[in-house]
Amino acid sequence: MDLLRFITAGSVDDGKSTLIGRLLYDSKNILIDQLEALEKSTKNKENGEVDLALLTDGLRAEREQGITIDVAYRYFSTPKRKFIIADAPGHVQYTRNMITGASNANLIIILIDARQGVVEQTRRHSIIASLLKIPHVVVAINKMDLVEYSQDVFNNIVIDYRQVATQLGLTDVTYIPISALDGDNIVDRSTKITWYSGQPLLEFLEEVKIDNDINLTDGRFQVQFVIRPQTDELHDYRGYAGKVISGIYKGGDKVKVLPQDIETTIAGVEVAGKPANEIFAPQSAVIRLTDDIDISRGDSIVKIENIPKVSNELEVLLCWLDDKPLISGNKYLLQHNSRQVRAVLKNVEYKLDVNSLQRQPVDGNVKLNEVVKATIRTASPLVYDGYETLSENGSAILIDETSNSTVAAVLIKQ
Amino acid sequence: MSEYHLNYLEQLESESIHIFREVAAQFEKPALLFSGGKDSITMVHLARKAFAPGKIPFPLVHIDTGHNFPEALEFRDWLVEKVGAILIVRKVEDTIRQRSLTEPKGKFPSRNWLQTYTLLDTIEEFRFDCCIGGARRDEEKARAKERIFSVRDEFGQWNPKLQRPELWNIYNGRIHKGENVRVFPISNWTELDIWNYIRHENIDLPSIYFAHERKVIEHEGQLVAISEFVQPAANDVVLTKKVRYRTVGDMTCTAAVESKAATLEDVINEIIATRISERGETRIDDKVTEAAMEDRKKNGYF
Ligand SMILES: Nc1nc2c(ncn2[C@@H]2O[C@H](COP(=O)(O)OP(=O)(O)O)[C@@H](O)[C@H]2O)c(=O)[nH]1
Repeated sequence: MDLLRFITAGSVDDGKSTLIGRLLYDSKNILIDQLEALEKSTKNKENGEVDLALLTDGLRAEREQGITIDVAYRYFSTPKRKFIIADAPGHVQYTRNMITGASNANLIIILIDARQGVVEQTRRHSIIASLLKIPHVVVAINKMDLVEYSQDVFNNIVIDYRQVATQLGLTDVTYIPISALDGDNIVDRSTKITWYSGQPLLEFLEEVKIDNDINLTDGRFQVQFVIRPQTDELHDYRGYAGKVISGIYKGGDKVKVLPQDIETTIAGVEVAGKPANEIFAPQSAVIRLTDDIDISRGDSIVKIENIPKVSNELEVLLCWLDDKPLISGNKYLLQHNSRQVRAVLKNVEYKLDVNSLQRQPVDGNVKLNEVVKATIRTASPLVYDGYETLSENGSAILIDETSNSTVAAVLIKQ
Repeated sequence: MSEYHLNYLEQLESESIHIFREVAAQFEKPALLFSGGKDSITMVHLARKAFAPGKIPFPLVHIDTGHNFPEALEFRDWLVEKVGAILIVRKVEDTIRQRSLTEPKGKFPSRNWLQTYTLLDTIEEFRFDCCIGGARRDEEKARAKERIFSVRDEFGQWNPKLQRPELWNIYNGRIHKGENVRVFPISNWTELDIWNYIRHENIDLPSIYFAHERKVIEHEGQLVAISEFVQPAANDVVLTKKVRYRTVGDMTCTAAVESKAATLEDVINEIIATRISERGETRIDDKVTEAAMEDRKKNGYF
């Protein structure tokens, strides 16, 4: 059994909450007491039917305002897979929420209301999916019951979306006609959408191949913590603890420590205190080296066959996540995995319109939810790969030193 | 499937270990809040793995309500000894005395609510800048949006509007003086994941998790054990039943479930078969209002 993380995206009222509720409900991941609470809160409603959307509704503040304001995580599992859903609601703060929820996702479900077809929001969500390089896209065409389960309606939407996908370079796209409300093509094959021969949504989610999404070629490892027990038996022990970002490591491998630029050899690799033959992404592990080198948190241990970039001048796409605007020339902290360095934003070149991908001039400060191309200069060099080729080693955040908030998502360019 | 493949439990484990290491590296004085339940015990297991062959580089803190199951306390001391950790115990009773707080009354006098005071005092006493908690996002609706690194203000309060976006696996634990962070390394685990992991790793648990005989009374459909803290009223019928616990909380506010499950295997099978979530089944005080948890979180509860 493995783990699939996905995000759901759609405009308000496309049926996102209903769909998630349906997935939890039909896969029997709703428990009796939760169901009771649900029925209790549904009582005030007119038709008396259980409102599946309520299942995914979080905090009281939101219930009172009748909107959802943040990313929530939901869990369900089937005998084949465990699923983590990032549920990012659609409204003004959407870009920020979606980027947050999408950053860890293997897959995105883009909901389209069959009556509306491809709309501006659909494009926007797809653009974000392509910026963040989410490997798999499902276009779920919902509310098929409201268009008489028409194959023509479905086909026309597919034709429209293919254009979007081609433009954005989304290659792995699957189209499924559903009715979240009635449960058609969610868990079981719909008896009403007889012309559709593909898999129902849940079956697809259970079977989509995600093994290849992990890069096992480029050896990348960043030190999180240095383990030095300094006890009598382990007097000279020095283990570099971290997560394998990508690739495979084993004893005897030639490696380079960056940014120090020192070559050495792996003495041994360990998982949870036990020697291992090999360690691989995304394992949390420990590496020991043959030479005594001054290595601390944030330094990289990479395989010498192919070396990442080392630079203190970065070309980046910045997604601004804070209410306070970005001010060019301001200093920030940049955190790349566990490495924190001081950074200054030098040059904001253009703004990317997330509805059209067009480049636009930047007038004034960069505001919440805007995506810009910029240059960042860091106080000490970063060891990275381009986000496009190795996202796990090409992503970072910016932190405002005065408020300590996370103010931007950083996608590093090649 | 390739040999370079992690199953879902290994992935969850790897993520949790990563989080523990971030805590140890980012904070000056972190502490692990140890409640004595299976989630805390699993966290200790993960923390050990994260820092092996070294010791866990932060203390375990137990906020003792004085209403514990004796089996849980015994187990706590045994575990601390086994892993060579440092244990700090602070008692709610002392806080009640020092601050002249009012003891909760009633048949099930829960000190759960008062734990908050003792916890905040303890944080101040030791100047902890980070407290590691065992909450999971699947436990309850208000938790679904909790960050893994969750910033609290100087009053220990949680403000949903001030939470930082959490992207990729990058955790921002920077805080101002006086603030602290609650970190939840097992956020993405469900109850069943925890049980499956306990089975897979052969993790020891206190005996009350397995079926045993106990004198209980029935209260609104829930079974509550008779103890020095909970006495039967005149009209209560005291029954002897075979029960086990799904969570280990206070004897005053944790209900037992009838069960014959003597082994981990049996327990897991029973959990799969029942469709009641653990909080609803076993927390007497949670039924009060749906937003009970949210209120407590805002007040600095774990
Ligand atoms: N007829 C029909 N209505 C649906 C379907 N899915 C959702 N809805 C309705 O559309 C409305 C908005 O759904 P909701 O799930 O709250 O949308 P969200 O804003 O995307 O979360 C609700 O009244 C749902 O009952 C569907 O498949 N068919």
